[in-house]
Amino acid sequence: MTDQDSKELRVKEKKELSAAAEMTKPGPVFTPSVDIFESDHDIVLLADMPGVQADRLSIDLRDNTLTLDGEVKPFEGKGEEDVIIEYEVGKYYRQFSLSEVIDQGKIDAQLKDGVLRLTLPKVEKAAPRTITVQAA
Amino acid sequence: MIYRRLYNYPTASFHSAFDQLERMRRQFDRLLGGESGTSSSGIGSGVFPQINLTEDADKFFIRAELPGVKTEDLQMQATSKNLSISGERKIEAEGEGIRYHRREREAGKFSRIIAMPNEIDPDRIEAGMRDGILTVRVPKAEAVKPRQIAIN
Repeated sequence: MTDQDSKELRVKEKKELSAAAEMTKPGPVFTPSVDIFESDHDIVLLADMPGVQADRLSIDLRDNTLTLDGEVKPFEGKGEEDVIIEYEVGKYYRQFSLSEVIDQGKIDAQLKDGVLRLTLPKVEKAAPRTITVQAA
Repeated sequence: MIYRRLYNYPTASFHSAFDQLERMRRQFDRLLGGESGTSSSGIGSGVFPQINLTEDADKFFIRAELPGVKTEDLQMQATSKNLSISGERKIEAEGEGIRYHRREREAGKFSRIIAMPNEIDPDRIEAGMRDGILTVRVPKAEAVKPRQIAIN
């Protein structure tokens, strides 16, 4: 499912979350765009989170719910004045519920150029076992 | 404080002295749950990428969010009045036997020319790309920097 011809990118306004829970730190919260696909062995999630550094990103998986939470530092340096502001800067937050059971010990997360690649390996289904009956 | 009037900027409405307050009001509305995900009105040329242009006494700073764009796919050119940013965002093909559940990220080309509010020095521009954010430092031309005037 790849686009063969490159089309022009259009502006997509950043999707903002009207927060259900109150955040401890004030500021806008955005929903990152994600691609999710699966192969036979794992589920892969790609999320656009520009401005998030690896140590400010928290990935949480519990109760079959995956939570992505990335903090972004404000960009204005000292003594800078705004001239044109077309987009706001704020943290990225998104939750997913997973139907598959994931092998938590082998989760791999890579953050490069503002894109998170999260690989969630599926648990191998238990092989059927025959049970021998011992005569007591 | 430097107040600016951007007459030649597309879709810029009249700038009043309350512009900064407008922005703060929108941010407060968000905080108090007033607005729910509506897009910002007013400023916006509608061309990708969206930029934030700020300035200090001798430089302009342009920032754009370009996640997943590599530096070799990005070109920038400058004259003394404009800065142009163009390039392509590529998304790699993932291989065989892949079933997509969701596809929200987009790939494609983009190109934008940004008119600078003052004359700039194109030879000393510095640009860096980090964590998907492009930051361009554009020094203002010498003739344009404000000068202190001594009063006798």
